[in-house]
Formats: sequence, C-alpha cells, structure tokens
Amino acid sequence: MPELTLKHDPYNLIITGVGGQGNVMTSRAVGNMLSLLGFHVTIGETFGASQRGGSVMSHVRISKDSSWSPQIPSGHAHMVVSMEPSETIRVLKDFGNRDVKVITNTRPFYPVGVISGQISYPSDDDIRTWISELTSKAWFLNATEKAVAIGDPILGNVIMAGALAGTGELPLDREVFHTIMASRFSGDILQKNLDAYAFGVESVLSRKI
Amino acid sequence: MGNEAIARGALEAGVRVVAGYPGTPASEIIENLAKIAKEGSRKLYVEWSVNEKVALEVASAASFAGLPTMAVMKQPGLNVAADYLLHLSGSGVRGPMVLVSADDPGALSSVNEGETRYYAKLMEIPLLEPGDFQEAKDMTTWAFKLSDTIKNVVLLRTVTRLSHASGTVVLGEIPENGSNAFFKHDGFILDPNEGAILSPPVEYKHTEQQRKLKIAEALFEDSPFNTYTGPEKPELLIITSSICSLYSKEAVSILGVRDRVGILKLGTTWPLPPKRLLKHLSSCDHIFIVEEVLPFLEDEVKILAAEHGKTLGAKFFYGKKEGYLPMVGEMNPDKVAAALSRILAMPQPGMDDVYKKRATEISFAGSPHREATFCPGCPHRASFWTLNTALSMDNRNGFVCGDIGCYSMAVLPAGFSTLKTLHAMGSGTGVASGFGKLGGFGMSQPVLSVCGDSTFFHSAIPPLVNAIHHHSNMTLVVLDNSGTAMTGFQPHPGLEKDAMGNVAEKIDIPEVCRALGAEVRVCDPFDVSESRQVLLDLMDRDGVKVLVLKQSCALSPEKKSLKKYTMSVDQSLCAGENCGCNRLCTRIFACPGLIWDKENNRSRIDEVVCAGCGVCSSICPKGAIMKKEAV
Repeated sequence: MPELTLKHDPYNLIITGVGGQGNVMTSRAVGNMLSLLGFHVTIGETFGASQRGGSVMSHVRISKDSSWSPQIPSGHAHMVVSMEPSETIRVLKDFGNRDVKVITNTRPFYPVGVISGQISYPSDDDIRTWISELTSKAWFLNATEKAVAIGDPILGNVIMAGALAGTGELPLDREVFHTIMASRFSGDILQKNLDAYAFGVESVLSRKI
Repeated sequence: MGNEAIARGALEAGVRVVAGYPGTPASEIIENLAKIAKEGSRKLYVEWSVNEKVALEVASAASFAGLPTMAVMKQPGLNVAADYLLHLSGSGVRGPMVLVSADDPGALSSVNEGETRYYAKLMEIPLLEPGDFQEAKDMTTWAFKLSDTIKNVVLLRTVTRLSHASGTVVLGEIPENGSNAFFKHDGFILDPNEGAILSPPVEYKHTEQQRKLKIAEALFEDSPFNTYTGPEKPELLIITSSICSLYSKEAVSILGVRDRVGILKLGTTWPLPPKRLLKHLSSCDHIFIVEEVLPFLEDEVKILAAEHGKTLGAKFFYGKKEGYLPMVGEMNPDKVAAALSRILAMPQPGMDDVYKKRATEISFAGSPHREATFCPGCPHRASFWTLNTALSMDNRNGFVCGDIGCYSMAVLPAGFSTLKTLHAMGSGTGVASGFGKLGGFGMSQPVLSVCGDSTFFHSAIPPLVNAIHHHSNMTLVVLDNSGTAMTGFQPHPGLEKDAMGNVAEKIDIPEVCRALGAEVRVCDPFDVSESRQVLLDLMDRDGVKVLVLKQSCALSPEKKSLKKYTMSVDQSLCAGENCGCNRLCTRIFACPGLIWDKENNRSRIDEVVCAGCGVCSSICPKGAIMKKEAV
C-alpha cells in the first residue's frame, strides 16, 4: 500500500445538517474508514435535546500523529459536507475561508420559522451563487431525491460520504467502506448502502454536478 | 467516543456493578456497559436506577460487598445524589468505587451548567479529569486503583466535548472475573474491613477521610496524568485541565508560540499536587489559567501561590477574575487563542476580515434561523396543543409548570410557549403543589404541571404525595412516551425490561397515582379533542388530578420509520391565507412535516419529513388534511 498522505494535518472536515438527518452516522462512518487506515481521528459532535430539528455539526479532525480539539477553530475548515443547503452557509460563516471546498445536498429542510412565514428561505439559485462565492470548489447534488429512489431518505448520508470519497480530498476507498458496512448490515440493506455510496462517488467523478 | 473509553476503562479495572440514571452527556457509558452485560460473557450487573441517589446507593452496596463498582450520572444528578455522597465519603468504601459525573459547560443539552469539581472539595474526595480519549480510558482504570488504595470514592469528571467526542484509543487487557460478593459486618465497629459501614463517629471518620485525601495528594505528585509541554523557562505558563488542554494546545499552535508558552495539563485536580505545581510556578511569573465555567483551578492555584509567596515572589495571573476568559459558557480554541493573543500582545487570530464580512452578509439571508422543535410525529406537540388550547378555552389565565425532558422545549414556540417555569427534575410538580395552595391568597388560576414517564419515577412522586397530603389544587399531566426518550430510550420502572434486557417488574403510573389518592384519567394525545375535553373537566375540579397522555415517542425503536398514516392536503379544501384560520397548521401547529406552498397558497405534506402520526388532520378547521391508513 502506498503511503497515505493528507493535504493538511490536521485535515479539518465539517459534516453538517439538521437533527435527525443522520450526521452522526456519516461522521462515524468516515471516521472509522480513516481510523482503519491508521490516522488519528478526532470527532466532535453536537447532539441531545437542543438539537431536535436544529442545526447539527460534526467536526472531524484527521491527523497522522495526534488527537486535536473536538472543535475546529473558526475559519479553519478544509471541507464541508452538508446535508442541507442553508446549513452549508451557516457553517461557512463561522468556519469558511477562501480555500474551503464544499459538497452540499440541495434538498432544503425548512426551519419552522420558514414554514410559518416569519422568515424566508433562499432560492436554489441564490444558494448556489453564494456557496460558490464563498468556496474554492463546490459540488451540488440532490442526495435526498436519489436516496428516496434507492429506498430511504436516510441514505442521503451515504451518498454524501461517497461524494466526499469521489473528490479525492481524503484517502477514502470503497473497499474500506464495504468492510465497515458489511460489519453492520447485510443483504438488501447492505446493498442499498453500497449503491448509495457508489452513486455519491460517481456523481463527483462524472463531473455532472 | 469519550463515554465508550470510560466504559472500557471500567471494564479493564474489572468493574462488576454499574448503576446510573440517564442524562446527556453521560448516558452512553452505561449503555455500552449494559450491552456487555447483555452478552453475558462477563459477570457484570448494570442497571438504570430510578434516580441518581439510588444509583449511588446501589453501586455502593457492591463496594461494601468487596466488588469494583461505578455510579454514573450527569452533573445535576450529582446534586440529587449529594446527600448520600456526603455520608458515603465519610464512611469510606471497601471494594474500589468510582463516581463518574458529566458536566455540560455551555448547557448544550441541559438547562444549567452546573459544576462537579466543587463537589470534590466539598465532599473531600479525590478528583480526576481526563484531557483526551486515551486518558478517559486510562484514568478510569486508575481511578479504581486509587479508590482501592485509599478506600474511598474517587470522583471522575468528564464534559460534553470529551464524552461526546471520539478519538483514537489504545486498548488494554480486561481481567478475568474476580471474587464473590460478601458483606463483612460483624467485626469491631471501627474496623474498616470487617465492621459496620457508617459515617459516625464523625470526628474519627472525618479525620480518616482527610488522611485518605492526603494519600491521594501524595500520589498525585508523580501522576503521569499531569504533564508539561513547552520550554524549560516559558514566558507564559498555561495551567489547564480536561478538554481545555486540547483547546490550549490548539491556541498555542494557531499563534505559533510553542517556544514561548508552556502548557501544564493537570489530570488530578483535587487535591492539587502542591510540589508539582510549585515547581512549575517557580519557572515562570506569568500564569494563564484555562478552564470552563467557574474559576476552580484559578482559585486553588492563587491560594497556593499566596501560601508560598515568600519563596515564589509576585506572580501575574491571567484568568477569569482578570477578565481574560468568561465565567459562563463553554470554551473553544478561539476563545483561548483570543485571550492568549491579548496576554502576549499579538494580533488576534481569526477569520480573514473581508471573507468574514461577506460570509456574514450572505448568511443573513442564506441561513435562516433554525429553531429547535419537536420531531415530526412527536406526541409532545399534540399534548402541548391540547394543554395550550384547553388553557385558552378555560380562560382563567392558567399555566403549566415545566420539567426536564424533550418536553422542556415547550417553553419555546415549538410547544406553543406553554411552560412557564422550568427548573430541576421533578420540580414542576413540587412548584405546582405550592401554587395549588395559594387559593387562600386569592389566586384562582388553574395550576398544571407536566413530567415525563421517567421523570415521574425519578422525582415527581414525592411532590405528588405532598400535593395530595396537603389538599393542593393542581393537575399533573404525565407525558408518557414509553421510555427515557431524550437520552436514547433507556428503560425505567414503568417498563417491562431493564438495562440488560431482562424482564423487569413494570410499575403502572396511573395505578400509583390512584393508590396515592389522585383522580386519574388516561388519554391518547393523538386524540386531541378527547384529551382536551378530559383535561378541561379535570381542571374544573378541586384537589389533585392526574392526566396520563400515553403515546410512544416517534423515534422509539418500535415506531421509527413506520408511518401509521399517509397524509395529504386536499388542495380543493384548503383555503390557504383566505381561510380565516391564520394558517393554523403551518403558522401555529408548525410540524416540520407540514410545509407551506407559497406559489399555490396552500399547505402541503413533506413526505420525506412527515412521520404519519395523523394529528394534523384533526386541527384543520376545513378538514383539508387527509389521513389514510398506510399500507
């Protein structure tokens, strides 16, 4: 196996979304994959009552030699993987910088304030323009739509993990993903997870997004 | 996860009995140990006790019988257990006993940011604070050894950012099963190994307790959990502990001052090891203390420096009392880096100004505020709809005293701002019991309280007894969602299984309340009109009434991703903004599963989000929200 290298050490990855979308699962899966490759992975998470339906974030720090703070310093994210488009912007406000890259699901999860009409939700066009302006590279995909087609909206997470692998930013490979998923699932569920991951990888590699 | 590391550390110490009460961020410690106990390969007994005081009592019994034992709770639970802890630390223990208490600085999942550390000082027991994931495991194992050496309880404090963060940990060996349980009690009364276990005679036992603490202090002097990194004679010495040690490391790294600033990370924070500290204090005159919430370390270090002022000379302290760090909220690398740059008179690090300004402008329109809300299909939304509308219809300015659980969110618009007091576990009913006696002072407002099923057993029974005994006028609404839902569906005495999955004796909440003498009704909160009518009837009567609103949590394992109904909005019946209902469904009821279709001026179901509970069909005045049994 060639020596695995990181573009930055620690590499700072933020996985964000809305409570209930399965962020914790994604950060654990990505963390486990990198940990199996021998990296020190530190994951900081927010969950509990205050996160019900609220914004959630996992901070993943990947290093060759040590544990880092479970909170990334402001402005220091290298990559943001977001399950919800407006959450991408929220994260960029605090952790973004000119070089940051982003993969974002384009399916909105409306805040209750938007549903009630007290505040408005930005248009898809605005979101794409703004995210592109604040990043050095941005990938947009409707992971939820594809996940529903595969069989369960929660698979959106797996699609996003696949998309992250597809960017080549981190040494994530399909074999390791397969090993991890096979240790937890079997049969149809395992296959759906593998399909979702493959779709994510392919979406980025095919440059259609 | 930090909590998994603590659980593993206890296993590596040969722990045999573990008891606790669920509470974020501590819950996963017992959950992981319960899994091991369930597998049955080891002799291990794990229980979710009725509350933290009982957990501490249960765990201590194992210690009295010679077994390694652990009690686990979040910090407010330590307050509940404190009365017993005072006496337990006075009597001392036999088998090694560790008490894990998890703080939540910044109140990420709490309604307080209470401190564990002061309890170590107050109870005169040793305190250990892991600074990373490896230490979370190693220190837990060592805490048992320390307890075994000094024969007293050892307190291990963790915080949310350690308990709920994950990192790489190298595992150790798990020992074979140990000796059997036997309580020796017929020796000489003062014999620590064979006599009765009690806190009197107080002066004698208290002296013993302080002698034990001195042994711990001596051991702390050489502890590998106290580490120093930095130059031999630093310009500035950071003294820190717990997760703040990682923030300090990060801040020093961001500012690039590794050759100027040293970090003394303390893992043994009560009693502080004086020699170790004095050695470092004599190497540097400028001291920056980094810790969360109250200045516990800061005060102790300052006292030590004052006591040795003659030899140490004057020191310059940069801490909370000097305003370098706040005394509230949690720390992070940015706050530490900002304070550090101020002390060193360096430019403050942070985001590029131009980028920050533009990102903030964009986020104003681009990331609308996301208020926490009940999950789609949550029975609490339906229950608070009932409570709120019943109180409005009753029209006597009644109110609800709140309690601790997901339903605490009913102080927010998510629960129609129904709760008007919110404090500790069980306090809603105690406060209501008091309000219910104010009729003699002319108060005629109806008094309600709520509590969850787990909270009912934890601490709502004594205030209910109090209210009944004193003829208070109040209605307790038990929001029974069949589990300790907020912390991850831990079982409680109202359920048929225990932490290890064994069959347990189920205690029936309505029967308990009836036996105590309350008038009791049980309704399904998803039947909004019936629940409301029953509540209105109860509110009209004197005495103590109990309404149990019983419906499983939408995220409960048996219900999750199962939709009972397929919901839809009949676009021809929904009149939109012209209806006159002021968009009751999407503006007031506001379940995230119901969204507003601006272009068509109609409500719509978001199928991805909707949990299919069917409640919204009963709130639409036009009957436009349709429910169909799901296949």
